[in-house]
Amino acid sequence: MSAARQRKWLGPAMVAPAVVYMAALVALPVLMALFYSVSDARVGSDEIHFAGLRNFSGALATPAFRTALRNSLLFTLVSQILVIAGATGLALALKDAFRGRGLIRLLILLPWVAPISLGAIGWKWLLDSLYSVVNWGLAYAHLVDPTNPPMWLGEPKLAMLSVVLVHTWRTLPFATVILLAGLTSIPRDIPEAAAVDGAGFWRTHFTITLPMIRPIVLVAFLFGVVFTFTDMTAVYILTRGGPADATQVLPSLAFFTGILGGDLSGGAAISLFLFPLLLVGAIVLLRIARRAEVT
Amino acid sequence: MEKGVPVATRALTKRFAAGSNAVDGVDIASGDGEFLVLLGPSGSGKTTVLRMIAGLEEPTSGEILIGGKTVNDLSPRERGIAMVFQSYALYPHLSVYENIAFPLKAQGVAKAEHRGRVERAAATFGIGKLLARKPRELSGGERQRVALARALVREPRVFLFDEPLSNLDAKLRSSAREELQKFQKEIGTTAIYVTHDQVEAMALGDRIVIMDHGKVRQIGTPVEVYDDPADTFVATFLGSPPMNLLERGGTLFGFRPEHLRPADGAAPSTAARFDFHCELVEYLGSEQLAFGTLGGRWAGKEIVWRLPAYAAPPKSNATHALLVEERHLRYFDAATGRRTERRAL
Repeated sequence: MSAARQRKWLGPAMVAPAVVYMAALVALPVLMALFYSVSDARVGSDEIHFAGLRNFSGALATPAFRTALRNSLLFTLVSQILVIAGATGLALALKDAFRGRGLIRLLILLPWVAPISLGAIGWKWLLDSLYSVVNWGLAYAHLVDPTNPPMWLGEPKLAMLSVVLVHTWRTLPFATVILLAGLTSIPRDIPEAAAVDGAGFWRTHFTITLPMIRPIVLVAFLFGVVFTFTDMTAVYILTRGGPADATQVLPSLAFFTGILGGDLSGGAAISLFLFPLLLVGAIVLLRIARRAEVT
Repeated sequence: MEKGVPVATRALTKRFAAGSNAVDGVDIASGDGEFLVLLGPSGSGKTTVLRMIAGLEEPTSGEILIGGKTVNDLSPRERGIAMVFQSYALYPHLSVYENIAFPLKAQGVAKAEHRGRVERAAATFGIGKLLARKPRELSGGERQRVALARALVREPRVFLFDEPLSNLDAKLRSSAREELQKFQKEIGTTAIYVTHDQVEAMALGDRIVIMDHGKVRQIGTPVEVYDDPADTFVATFLGSPPMNLLERGGTLFGFRPEHLRPADGAAPSTAARFDFHCELVEYLGSEQLAFGTLGGRWAGKEIVWRLPAYAAPPKSNATHALLVEERHLRYFDAATGRRTERRAL
């Protein structure tokens, strides 16, 4: 093969695996979901009819869907606000060199790189109603009654709190890394100039450093929101949406309805319900990412 | 404003992790309202000295005094200094107005005073019309003025400058230099100015501190450090081209390239005479530089001869009889490089 021909095919050949992967595992399922959502497809039936928007209106009419929608919004916003606040603090703490920083950075990254199922199962045990290490510790500190300990995954409010906190724990590292990259891109002169100008720690961070990395914070936040809206791992492993739908979110509801319940079209409609919203989120994300410049 | 507060360092030393001293026992003392320039090649420790005075770097040992009081334990904000950074370090997300007002806010100056003071500082540097702009919308010269206005607005006791002109183009640099000097003389605040540019140092400094490898080599007025260098480092660091140095019997002696002249007519008998074989002449507009080698006792030694532009250019590949008058000769110890007394040649 001539060098010119080689050049011509090398690029496409290198990109092909990624394109095939995206097409087969992302684009195709999305298109199929779009198709199913306006049909009456069910598992175990090969008859398919056009159903219009009936699946969407039907979903809206069920209390389970409305609960899941509310839970999804709550789960996503609360966890991501906690993540941004925590990640900002962590990034500031890890920005400057100190002894053991490498080890601490590794420990903080672990929840992100370790398989989520392992982490979540670990949390399931930690929060277990009978063997809860958390309760054992709290009882030892005389903070809870050992004969009637809180049921972390069994009481609606506590269950929601638990899944939010576990999801926060899981997505915190990634946001920390993004913010850390943003902070290190600020020239050293700038906070030094602020110090000479008379600004203390808080003023420097709130009026200089944080506004300067605001585009990056926004990217981290929107990324977290989009990711969280479509994720059901913490919910699925910890509570399966229970007790009584108290922690049910849209992705888990779609999974239970469409896959376990066999109502393919209903599940597709539920999972696509937030698609327009996420699309807008993704577009805003990309626009900000393009404009994001720190200096 | 407290005018002309002196700044001093005593045995100031900074050692960075695992290395020799970046700053090694530096003693400097500014006069009241003096414009003191720290000059040295890169790595000489001059910026580190400035950063320690600012409170951005902690000394390993030694003392820093501002207005006669030790400030080692004070934070930058408590030292009453203002600093202009090489990069200007403007806050990119704030407007010019907000940039200049920032020190006032940070120092808790009453809000009612802000506008007046910002506008006065901006007017001083002719940037009154730029107050609504963002730093990225400004030219290099305008950014530098914003940085100066931001330093001026809080009426500091001491100005610190870290190579503030090095990011400007050559033409702007000389006019900015002139303005800076005028401005400092006007307000009479002590200024410490770091640069590696000897022209800047000579033009701006009331006195110049010449540093090398963390140590002070000489402190003096521009005339003193140029005419009477304390050692061979200063002699060859200052001046472009530098001082010619020749060795004779354990002693070095040197002379400036402009002090060579043709050995014609009546010359004092004590003058040093040379045979100069001219190899190359550079015509530089305002002057000419002749490069060549010496004959006789210093055969092969390369030196430079500076002539005025109007002089007849010396012939290349020809030997010229030159002399340097005794009063222009400087003597140094060959072993230590330190200045010594006159010796008979």
